[in-house]
Amino acid sequence: MPLASYQTSVPVVVDDAKCIADKGCTVCVDVCPLDVLRISDMTGKAYMAYDECWYCMPCEADCPTGAVTVNIPYLLR
Amino acid sequence: MALDQIVDGLSEVSCDVLVIGGGTAGPMAALKAKLKNPKANVVLLEKANVKRSGAISMGMDGLNNAVIPGYATPEQYTKEITIANDGIVDQKAVYKYAQNCYKIIEELDSFGIRFLKNENGDYAVKKVHHIGTYVLPMPNGETVKKALYRQLRRARILISNRYMATRLLKSSDGRIAGAISVNTRTAAILVIKAKAVILCMGAAGRLGLPTSGYMFGTYENAANSGDGYAMAYHAGAALANLECYQINPLIKDYNGPACAYVAGPFGAFTANNEGSRFIECDYWSGQMMLEFYNELLSGKGPVFLQLKHLHPNTIEEIESTLHKVERPTRGLFQQGRGVDYRNESIEMHISEIGFCSGHSASGVFVDDNARTTVPGLYAAGDMASVPHNYMLGAFTNGSVAGIDAMEFADSHDFAEFDAQDVAKERDRVLAPTKREDGIPPNQVEYKTRRLVNDYLQPPKVTRKYELGMRRLAEAREDMQERMIARNAHELLRALEVQSIMDCADMAVHASLYREESRWGLYHWRTDFPEKDNENWFCHTLLSKQNGKMTSEKRAVEPYVVPIADDEKDLYDKQRIRATA
Repeated sequence: MPLASYQTSVPVVVDDAKCIADKGCTVCVDVCPLDVLRISDMTGKAYMAYDECWYCMPCEADCPTGAVTVNIPYLLR
Repeated sequence: MALDQIVDGLSEVSCDVLVIGGGTAGPMAALKAKLKNPKANVVLLEKANVKRSGAISMGMDGLNNAVIPGYATPEQYTKEITIANDGIVDQKAVYKYAQNCYKIIEELDSFGIRFLKNENGDYAVKKVHHIGTYVLPMPNGETVKKALYRQLRRARILISNRYMATRLLKSSDGRIAGAISVNTRTAAILVIKAKAVILCMGAAGRLGLPTSGYMFGTYENAANSGDGYAMAYHAGAALANLECYQINPLIKDYNGPACAYVAGPFGAFTANNEGSRFIECDYWSGQMMLEFYNELLSGKGPVFLQLKHLHPNTIEEIESTLHKVERPTRGLFQQGRGVDYRNESIEMHISEIGFCSGHSASGVFVDDNARTTVPGLYAAGDMASVPHNYMLGAFTNGSVAGIDAMEFADSHDFAEFDAQDVAKERDRVLAPTKREDGIPPNQVEYKTRRLVNDYLQPPKVTRKYELGMRRLAEAREDMQERMIARNAHELLRALEVQSIMDCADMAVHASLYREESRWGLYHWRTDFPEKDNENWFCHTLLSKQNGKMTSEKRAVEPYVVPIADDEKDLYDKQRIRATA
């Protein structure tokens, strides 16, 4: 059975202008309990790769530059 | 190389004590094991990252079960938990916890975690339970994980993050020999030989589906997919009272507590749509949850946490805790809905089902030394059977497990396991990555958990359970034969689904076995609506015997602290009486 991709608006948003992942920072990716953040090959910035969020906040709280914002996932907003 | 790309790898390490799970109980177990024998190697294995893993990822607002001299005695606490858990308690473990937890509080205090004190410098303990006084707020509760992490580094615990343990290894004579794990970002296999293993893998919190439909919007940290329960089961360990589900009163849709433990001592209370109290006590028991459920269905719902009657300064103080610690997005959620506690009550609902001894009594069976029924295998925290043990229980029993496990490791050599067991497990783990086509893990998981909601949520109806069992068996076949993982991250989810499926099967089996109703909503069987002390005043132990899921009765150990006849049903009287 072929697979289709599924659209979803992700709760964690990263401000590329503030994110320093391209300088080697991986804090948000490291701390996420669900391991859903990644660094983009294209932009060098962090982004939410998997919509599997517990909206728990370590990524936002531990980001050294305040680049990460956690929103409430749409389905429970 | 890109993260999540599957790598073919197999390595082996060894240690004296292996602790699996770096949330709350795990770090304490690892620390105590290492302090017991500083020369020994202690490995702390964690599926996420120890810095921010587990139920207390963002800290905790307070201790819910602190037995503090001057406020409560170990005897009182043991009695309260025995009554709250409908008598089905081996008191020795609860009593030991109650005796030791004050020492642990002092130790946490020395780590830099502060507890609320009054003007005299005494701990400011609050009353939430039905009978005694055990709730102690933590003003800097958001720092718990950092404080623990510092201790782990100082003690030179070997931490391995992003490894998911999948199965335990045993010797032919049944002793623990280690564990098999898989890297969640590469799918490389790591075998860890160990003389003793401590499971601290949290609740089975991804069992039911939250009503919002968002799969990861669970009450428990969504990483807690019940892996520890599944691993213990497959290793032949006994699991106790799994039919005593965890079901909690939460903010509607948000799936965090509202939270009466924080706001109750300030004067907030649970109310129905008429603004009236309907339960005597906000402490989370199955009996309380049954009244909560009844009120929701009675036409007098919705149910609210009411605090708008409080002084604005008091509300501000409550907010500063609720919106900072444990589930700090609570404030963001309420803001999004335009809810201000000053003029609106908080709408509440009941959570999805799960296993968790932290709040109920469903866990891997342990004695008062945190030993499971498998020699050399220990369990602590939410997944071990000491009832109602919360965060402080995880710390205290984690400590007990760490010390006893190191004593075991010091007096035993490595047990030998069969290399075939590793090869077989590797094949099982990697099977979803070998398929070209199939069903993705998120679909198998959604279906499984939707079936859990449809068929297993109390009230438990025998016919529904039998149908649920059939539907789950079909989903299991899909999972085993057709599930596909295209990268290491999807493999992580695929393995978690297998834990969830095992837990769902155990929930069915354990619930059908106990032919009575007990623990209020947690085990309300419509076909056996009464509590039957004559036949069912006992634990139930579920285990794998000759490859088959089996349940048996186990007598409750004689009480250490006697309970008078007129005290036994105190938690059954939760509903506020209409007339005096």
